[in-house]
Amino acid sequence: MSVNTTVDQGTGPSSADLAAVRRAIASTARPPRPKPWSTALTFGWRGMLKVKHVPEQLLDVTITPVMFVVMFTYLFGGAVAGSTGEYLDYILPGILVMSVLFTTVYSGVSLNTDLTKGVVDRFRSLPIWRPAPLVGSLLGDSVRYLVAGTVIIVVGVTLGYRPDAGPVGAVAALGLVVLFAFGLSWVFTTLGLLLRSPSAVMNAGFMGIFPLTFLSNVFVDPATLPGPLEAFVDVNPISILATASRGLMEGNADAGDVVVVLLVAAALTAVFAPLTTRLYRRG
Amino acid sequence: MPSVRPPLAIEATGLVKTFGEARAVDGVDLAVPTGSVYGVLGPNGAGKTTTIRMLATLIHPDAGRASVLGHDIVTESDAVRAAVSLTGQLASVDEDLTGRENLVLLARLLGLGRQSARTRATELLDAFGLMDAESRLVKHYSGGMRRRLDIAASLVVTPELMFLDEPTTGLDPRSRNQVWAIIRALVAEGTTILLCTQYLEEADQLADGIAVIDHGRVIAEGTPAQLKASAGAGSLHVRLLDPQQRPEAVQLLDRELGQATPDADPAALSAPCPDGDRAAHAVAALARAGIRIGDFSLGRPSLDEVFLALTGHHAEEADTDEQSTLEQEKVS
Repeated sequence: MSVNTTVDQGTGPSSADLAAVRRAIASTARPPRPKPWSTALTFGWRGMLKVKHVPEQLLDVTITPVMFVVMFTYLFGGAVAGSTGEYLDYILPGILVMSVLFTTVYSGVSLNTDLTKGVVDRFRSLPIWRPAPLVGSLLGDSVRYLVAGTVIIVVGVTLGYRPDAGPVGAVAALGLVVLFAFGLSWVFTTLGLLLRSPSAVMNAGFMGIFPLTFLSNVFVDPATLPGPLEAFVDVNPISILATASRGLMEGNADAGDVVVVLLVAAALTAVFAPLTTRLYRRG
Repeated sequence: MPSVRPPLAIEATGLVKTFGEARAVDGVDLAVPTGSVYGVLGPNGAGKTTTIRMLATLIHPDAGRASVLGHDIVTESDAVRAAVSLTGQLASVDEDLTGRENLVLLARLLGLGRQSARTRATELLDAFGLMDAESRLVKHYSGGMRRRLDIAASLVVTPELMFLDEPTTGLDPRSRNQVWAIIRALVAEGTTILLCTQYLEEADQLADGIAVIDHGRVIAEGTPAQLKASAGAGSLHVRLLDPQQRPEAVQLLDRELGQATPDADPAALSAPCPDGDRAAHAVAALARAGIRIGDFSLGRPSLDEVFLALTGHHAEEADTDEQSTLEQEKVS
């Protein structure tokens, strides 16, 4: 093979295009470095754009929660609480907790999927606040949590659920659950960076969240459980979150429960957010 | 652009990166003058991408040190990131967004306001011939369009130094020429470029200086001309209209240049030839002797020959991998 010494000029962009390229290159001054918070919000906007282009992504936060409410209410209502109406009062805040927490696993799955793409290299080579891509995508995911939670409350009200504390109580409970979910999702983003494939993240994630959710007071009153199990259920943060959510909806929440939930969320964030950021930087 | 720029845009000594047992980069030294295109040439797996990733602060070197635009890549990585752009080997754009959204996203992340981000995106889409595809998802772009968007994304804020990792791998010749023209325009505007490539022709066409890298080490360095000179003289190739005349032509060229040999093509022959003057004399002698010439060329030694001379193996041996990437791109 010998090197062709003539340049093929005929197939390149026209000279007019190149002049535009040169103008475009020459025309910028470096803007001031953006605020950390604003870069995180920009990444949140990226998440929203993806939902806009592929709205099917919202199926897991719309259809699945509807199924959960209807299924659990009519399947277990008669057996567990004597009537579907009474059980709905007990289980709706629990299903809110369960559905939103299940959704957090997908934050780890989608981060793992993102990592296989070249765009992550570009994000990591930008002069921005280092956790911004992660905080941003979790902010975007929090919108998904909100959607899931809202769907559940609307379906519950349609089936006859009436929270004593009214709309304010429902919004407060929803807010608390989403805040806790934000903290918990850092655990799954860490997992998303440690494991090799999206399905591994999904399996490991649900292997953790499934027993934790079922071994709580989401579905049944722990008073009927054997002693050691009851002891575990009582200290399980998910039980405390479910109790606090019920309390907020009924207007008799224990402030201590709410504080514990917020502390656990803060602790999860404090431990796993820096860990995730370090793993993300390392690549 | 700052008025005082360091003479060397990249200065690396003894960079090492190991992955498990494998020493992907095994003591690389580089000195890239500011304002030049510097080619890092080597086959797949030679350590080119790992070197670029260290210099772009994506991974830490295990040993050695390097500064980019006067900033240490480990202790001053933020300052490095603020002055460089990276166009990675995998297209570094978001496939699930449109072309315009990609550019606006980066513009916002780099600190442009909402309105200026939009204006900047339009400017770049226009300059890179992507206006018609601005609202299409990037996953539906052709390889050439994706590359152009990728480079445009690196130019949202003009970098002082740009890393280009195999910018034309998998592109058709037309798209490749477009990318080359863009790179030339960048250089004309004063951007320093570190270009990793496994294509010898690409380095030859674009680079002012080349480091040939193999098994994680720089095995040769110089201008394309110097590297070629190191592989010896070029040769004159002649193709005759009448193959019957070849024995006579071989004799004649042997007298003129020495060591003339017939080629595999029954009408062709070649002889070593150091320069154009000697070639012109030899061709004229053939014509005077009544030998009818179809065409002739003075082949300079190719960089492939250089690579063979330096390493004992061809530079593009690893091309099978490349082929499969190409096919995957066509499928998707």
